[in-house]
Order: sequence, then C-alpha cells, then structure tokens
Amino acid sequence: MRFVGFLLMVSGWLLVLAAVVLLGSAGARGAFVFAGVAVEALGLILVFRSHLIPREEKR
Amino acid sequence: MNTPALTDLATVACLFFIFLTPLAAAGLALINTGLGRSHSAAHIMMASLSALSVAGLVYFAFGFGWEGFSGGTFHALTLSGKQWNWIAAEPFFFRKLASDGSPAYLSALLQVFCVGLAAMIPLGSGADRWRLRASGISTALLAGWTYPLFAHWVWGGGWLAQLGANYGLGRGFLDVGGAGTIHVLGGLTALSITWILGPRRGKYSADGMAPAIPGHNAVLILFGCLLALLGWLGLNCAGAILFAGGEPSGSELIAMNTVLAGAAAALTAAFITNVRFGKPDASLTANGWVAGLVASSASCAFVVPAEAVVIGSIAGAVVTFCIEWLELKLEVDDPGGAVSVHAIGGLWGLLAAGLFARFPGTAMNAVGHSAIGTESAPGQWLAQVIGVATLLGFVLPLTYGLNWLLNRIYPYRVSVEGERQGLDLHELGAGAYPEIITHTEDFLPR
Repeated sequence: MRFVGFLLMVSGWLLVLAAVVLLGSAGARGAFVFAGVAVEALGLILVFRSHLIPREEKR
Repeated sequence: MNTPALTDLATVACLFFIFLTPLAAAGLALINTGLGRSHSAAHIMMASLSALSVAGLVYFAFGFGWEGFSGGTFHALTLSGKQWNWIAAEPFFFRKLASDGSPAYLSALLQVFCVGLAAMIPLGSGADRWRLRASGISTALLAGWTYPLFAHWVWGGGWLAQLGANYGLGRGFLDVGGAGTIHVLGGLTALSITWILGPRRGKYSADGMAPAIPGHNAVLILFGCLLALLGWLGLNCAGAILFAGGEPSGSELIAMNTVLAGAAAALTAAFITNVRFGKPDASLTANGWVAGLVASSASCAFVVPAEAVVIGSIAGAVVTFCIEWLELKLEVDDPGGAVSVHAIGGLWGLLAAGLFARFPGTAMNAVGHSAIGTESAPGQWLAQVIGVATLLGFVLPLTYGLNWLLNRIYPYRVSVEGERQGLDLHELGAGAYPEIITHTEDFLPR
C-alpha cells in the first residue's frame, strides 16, 4: 500500500506536468492540474494509512 | 536574462537582513528543544548546531552547484517548443563566484543560512529517538540535493519560476521568503522522518490511548518564538530584494505583514485553545505563531496588511487542529509540530499567495528581471497549485525514498535502551540538566 501510495503521488505530479505542457486552454489546463492534485491526495491518504501502527505493535 | 546589479543601498540593506536570518534558526532550535523532553534537550541543541554546520558545508561543496542563481548557467530541456530549466550548472565549491556584492553572491550567502534552517525543521519531529549521526547524514542529503534542486526551480530561474514567462501563469511560482522552498520542504522531510523512525516508546498504547508527552520548557519555546520573528523579518526582506525585485523601501510593508501574520496566528491559536480547553495552550500558541510567520513568507511583499492578518489567522487555526489530527488520528508522533507548522502552514501560505497577491509595477520574479507593469496576474493561483503539486508529488516521495534508503544502510533510530536513558546521556554522555534525576519508572517497558 505504501509503494502504491507513493506511485500515485508521482503519477499525479506527472499528470500536472503533462497538463502544463500539452494543454493550451486555461480551463482544460486547470481541470487537469486539479485532477493531478486529486491523484496525489489519494496517494497521500494511502501512504498515511500504510503508516498507521498495528495494534499489536503499540507499546 | 542577466541578474541586474543592486544599488549600494539595496546591497547594504540586503546584507543587514541576511545577518538577521540566523536568528530564525536560533529560535527554531529553542522551540524544538523546549517541545522535547528534558533528557534530550542538549541533544536537540547539539543536533541543531550540527545541522547548521553540515548543511552549510555541503551546500558550499555541492548544493550551490545544483541550485545556482537566476541568470547563471543551467541545463534545460525543450518541451513543446518551451525551454524547461531544470538544474543549474555552476561549478562546485563556489568556484567562479566572486565576493563582489553581486546578487549571486548575496543569494549564496542567504542560502547557506536558509538550507540550515530547512535542515533543522525535521529535528523537532525526530526528537527523543533520532541518532545524531543519522540526522547529520540526512542533513547532508537535504543540503546536497533535495533543497538545491527545488530551490533552483523556484529561486534560480528554474521551470517553476518560468511558468509565467512560458505559459502565462501569472508571474510564475511565487515564494518570496521560502514558505515552500524552506518550510514545506523541511516539513515534508520531517514527515518522512517521523514515518521512518516511528513513534516514541509509550506514545501509542495497545488500549488505543495516545497520552500527551508535553514539552519540558515553555520559556524556551516562547523565547524561541520572539527570536524567530527577528529571523523571519530578515529572511522575508532579503528574499524580497534578491528573488522578487523588491526595493529596500518595500521592507516596511514586508515587516508589517510578517509581524501581523504571526500575531494573528498566535492570537487565533490562543483563542481556539482557550475555547476548547478552558485556558490558552502555550505550546500550541507558539506553534500558531511560527505557522503564521511561515505562511507570511510566500507573499509578504505582495499583500496588504489586512490580507496578512487573514492569512495568519487561517494558519493559526489550521495548525491548532492539524497537530491534534496528525497525532491522534494519523498516529504521526511529531513532538515539535514541524509537519503541521512548516508543511501545512507553508502549503497554506503558497496557496494564499495565489489568492491574495497583487503586483506593483516593479515586481519581478526569478525569470526575466524586467519590470512588470500591471497589477493583475491571471493564472497566478494555478502557478501556485502547480508548485504545491510539485512539493507533494515530487519532493515528498524523493525525500522519503532517500531517507528510507539511508535508514536501511545506517539505522536512524536509537536503541530501546538509549531511548529509555535519554539521548543526552546515551549519545552525548552528559545531560542538559544534571541536577534533575530521571524517574526511570516512566520508561519501563509496557
């Protein structure tokens, strides 16, 4: 889950870069940038969840 | 695209502001020390001094070569006909950098302090369990690669700064005093460190409780806040002159905005904790103060005082809830509150710059250095969002990955015995407060 989370975060950033390079209109560029940020947020949630401490390891 | 020379007045003012900057590091060191336990107090101060030393030397050796300065030599990619400046190509060890009062030299001098400040941020998160040598190695990584790379993109004429010139996104990514470059980068590194180290022993018990481990000295924390203000005034004013084309006369507005943002944030945090807990909480108020200063850094030269108050108030409120949320819900054991204060506060400051910043006729960014005559900056908010996306989608995975790898080679966490004993005795051989007897029953295995 941790690896997938980080992979999603990098993928989201690449989506943002692609939107900047490939899209001309402000609306489309803005929409895809926010889509990329949403993918990053999803990855961040996964990474946070993967770092929750299992009950048996709490001490 | 050559960097214009500064006037004599601007050079003297800039030097004065740069000399104030180490006070931000001193303040942060005191805050981190006060928020940690008494049996690791000397260790945190020692780690802070080590971080400043290692960061400065590594930045001198390699960092400046990667970061460079606006108008310097660089490597670029060409994508869809646009030039993407992605890394500097300056020689290592400050070779070819003449000490002639040029903006390039002043920038290098400021960066030596900035990179040290960024390196000190994770120390608060790793308090009580991060080995001194490991923190030094991690600092070298930050100062030698992670920081210079992102700082080049923002302050060295890199692709984030070029977003305005290349794609019409406002003035490009705006970060006058380092809200993103110093604080979010340091805060995200702090988050990586807390994840890699895990929580302090006894922080999260099997019965689902997360007992508070309060800081040991509120006086250090609050005095650190006052010192930090002086450092921030220098940092924001010097950054405005070097990276945003500001005049020394504009420093009065920057100073006003910086103070007001910090004050509004501290009062908001004090008010919220007073309402929630019946009394204002000193450590959360201090964290609110610093978060306000952090948030002010991005746009301090381009907002009016009323907007600085709004930015600071929101920073203070967000940090108050964020610290609790991270600690209790997400199980991030961050004794210094570095993730909330620096990462979240800085991210809010960057977004606020996109919402509130307006540009006078003399405003510039790191690319172009020509006067920009209109106040409106369409697309500025999108440039800020792209910068935030870069911090979350590139910097966080990079800094986590590098620190994870280093931790595999040289374990970051101190032994169980060392944690029980306290890092002062375990790693330094002497405590900060030798007259205090440690109550070892607090540290018995559960």
